[in-house]
Amino acid sequence: MIIAVASGKGGTGKTSVSVSLAKALAESNKRISLLDCDVEEPNAHLLLECREISRSEFNIKIPSLDLSHCSGCGKCAEICEFNCIAIVKERAVIFPDLCHSCGGCSLVCPEKCIKETDSKTGKILEYNAGKIHLVQGILDIGKAMAPPLIREVKKMAREEIVLIDCPPGTSCPMVSAVGGADYVILVTEPTPFGLHDMTLAVETLRKMKMNFYVIINRADSGDDRVEKYCTSENIEVIMRIKESIDAARAYSKGIPLYDALPEFKQYFILNSNKIISRAGEFK
Amino acid sequence: MKIAISINSSEMDDKMDMRFGRAKKFMIYDTETKTNELIDNAQNLNAAQGAGIQSAQNVINTGADAVITGHTGPKAYKLLSESRVKIYHSEEKPVKDVIADFIAGTLKEADSPDVEGHWA
Repeated sequence: MIIAVASGKGGTGKTSVSVSLAKALAESNKRISLLDCDVEEPNAHLLLECREISRSEFNIKIPSLDLSHCSGCGKCAEICEFNCIAIVKERAVIFPDLCHSCGGCSLVCPEKCIKETDSKTGKILEYNAGKIHLVQGILDIGKAMAPPLIREVKKMAREEIVLIDCPPGTSCPMVSAVGGADYVILVTEPTPFGLHDMTLAVETLRKMKMNFYVIINRADSGDDRVEKYCTSENIEVIMRIKESIDAARAYSKGIPLYDALPEFKQYFILNSNKIISRAGEFK
Repeated sequence: MKIAISINSSEMDDKMDMRFGRAKKFMIYDTETKTNELIDNAQNLNAAQGAGIQSAQNVINTGADAVITGHTGPKAYKLLSESRVKIYHSEEKPVKDVIADFIAGTLKEADSPDVEGHWA
């Protein structure tokens, strides 16, 4: 089963919740693949005691151009949906940083002067953390194309329970990360920004026809607008995590919610079973 | 000499469009004949990315010798300068004033892009 943990707003506690759920499931003797798909700033490894077991480079295909044969016909520029190619003085000019690796330009080039070549955009690390198998994608600095790396990280899931720690927002990286999950948990906070960005995530998931629940982090702070919204939209809030200065202190030392307070540990263990059984409902 | 000006409205009294990539149209003004033609650039208004590149391509295809706009990013700048299209950055003014400034020689030619790419 695959459960994606997403948010809308950044900093609401996706990673804290993902890691704590993984630890709670491990406590009940389950094996979990935790996929850190927040590839622009992966940080789940900071909250787990883990040992690196593999590391590999990740490349995408980008076009490389042999100008000596280019006739400037413009077929490559015409097919490029992403506006990466222009024809200047009867020669193609390619901006590979906008490329989505579709390969169209090399297929249509009548002179066969565009080849697809490997371009390193990131790396993938695997860790063992007891019963938790952690996979982490890291996008290289300055690279914009996160989705191909996210898809590759998702291919490395090997355990029966898969938790996906998604990137924030509602754009391509988030969509690539949640796609294919049995359901999504949206972690939010009871603030105007938390509510605003969660509604965007809700709209995105509804468009994707995906099932989802909400976890409100620091639920007793802020105001009740998130609760009211969830009630009016018929969205079930499956967990409410209390605000705690001790949890914040622990987090600053790399200790997840699960280990911060005994009552949090109990709460996560109690709810992890519910969260697993919910996935079955959508099968 | 033909100059391309980024515009939203075809009225000479209306202000130019400060955006290059996302300008709705370009006015191609011929300084010798004092006539102009309009070229459509609207497909770039909703482009997810690469609007500057395609706007530059549109301008280059018209054979314009110079562009007057508010700002240019690195990719549009590279394409225009490789095509030897001169780039002038103007303040936001009515199109007729921008043309007058150009003819009077008070616009300074840009020697670099003045805004960052959106993917930088």
